[in-house]
Amino acid sequence: MHIMEGYLPWQWCVFWYLVSAPFIIYGIYLLNRQVKEHRETLSLLAVSGAFIFLLSSLKMPSPVVGSCSHPTGTGLSTVLFGPFITAVLSVIVLIFQALFMAHGGITTLGANDFSMGIAGPLAGYAVYRVAKALKLNIFVNIFLVAFVADLFTYVVTAIQLAAAFPATHGGFLVSFATFFAIYAVTQVPLAIVEGLLIALVFKYIIQSRGDILVKLNVLTTEQVTKIMEGFK
Amino acid sequence: MKYRLEIIFIVFIVAFAALFLYEQNAQTQAKWEGSDDQGSAAIEATGYTPWIQPLWTPPSTEVESLLFAIQAGLGAFVIGYFFGYYRGQRECPKSS
Repeated sequence: MHIMEGYLPWQWCVFWYLVSAPFIIYGIYLLNRQVKEHRETLSLLAVSGAFIFLLSSLKMPSPVVGSCSHPTGTGLSTVLFGPFITAVLSVIVLIFQALFMAHGGITTLGANDFSMGIAGPLAGYAVYRVAKALKLNIFVNIFLVAFVADLFTYVVTAIQLAAAFPATHGGFLVSFATFFAIYAVTQVPLAIVEGLLIALVFKYIIQSRGDILVKLNVLTTEQVTKIMEGFK
Repeated sequence: MKYRLEIIFIVFIVAFAALFLYEQNAQTQAKWEGSDDQGSAAIEATGYTPWIQPLWTPPSTEVESLLFAIQAGLGAFVIGYFFGYYRGQRECPKSS
């Protein structure tokens, strides 16, 4: 979903920096508070960040479409720590890739963090809350969150590029169709893999540190016990 | 069932790989290049030229894949470290 360095007119770079900044600043505030007040959640925070690091480095082929892309890995931290902290974790990964791999860019950092760290996780978080209210199975819930956070990231990239480069004939919509086909369609199979992987990892987290999930208000103690019994 | 999530995951990955192998033979024109690069190409097709270059670009795809492997390795290290730590905590609770 990365928009490469220089591939966004400077006005749009400034615009997306301004849009993303409040989310990141509030995220840094929440992150500091989380670490100070709930020190025991620090290890899961590291694991969530590491997942974004790991998954966003895996360039996978997308069958049917015939191109490659990479997952975002933001689903886990969205569920555990919410979209604002996820925005901060994503920015770290994006800076790393922009500086060392020429993948993405510093000028496009605002736009890329908006799609990967903010819009995707916010959509995922909305799914999480709705699925939770509907009392959906937690693993189905996590799958949906990761799937939506991943796919919506690429939909937003298509919107960002269509807004910056509207087609001369047909404008925004024609251009959006082009970028949507390139970014979002490629992403569907990868988003499914990511959703399944994160749901699986979530099982291991429940098994090892169900107590932290209770502290983070993701599950209740009874739910943890019940889920653990389901895997016996 | 104890391993139902693992089974679902493995079945899907195998299906994913099989579909990829099939498509690789079926689509002879497919280049399997990055969607990021296709996006950049689509932008350039509109007559746009990038206004700034990256500060540093890996000199070859080999060096680039090295850096991606390092990124994946760092992530996997942290994940493995903490899952191992949790396991240790579970098996030998602190004697206080």
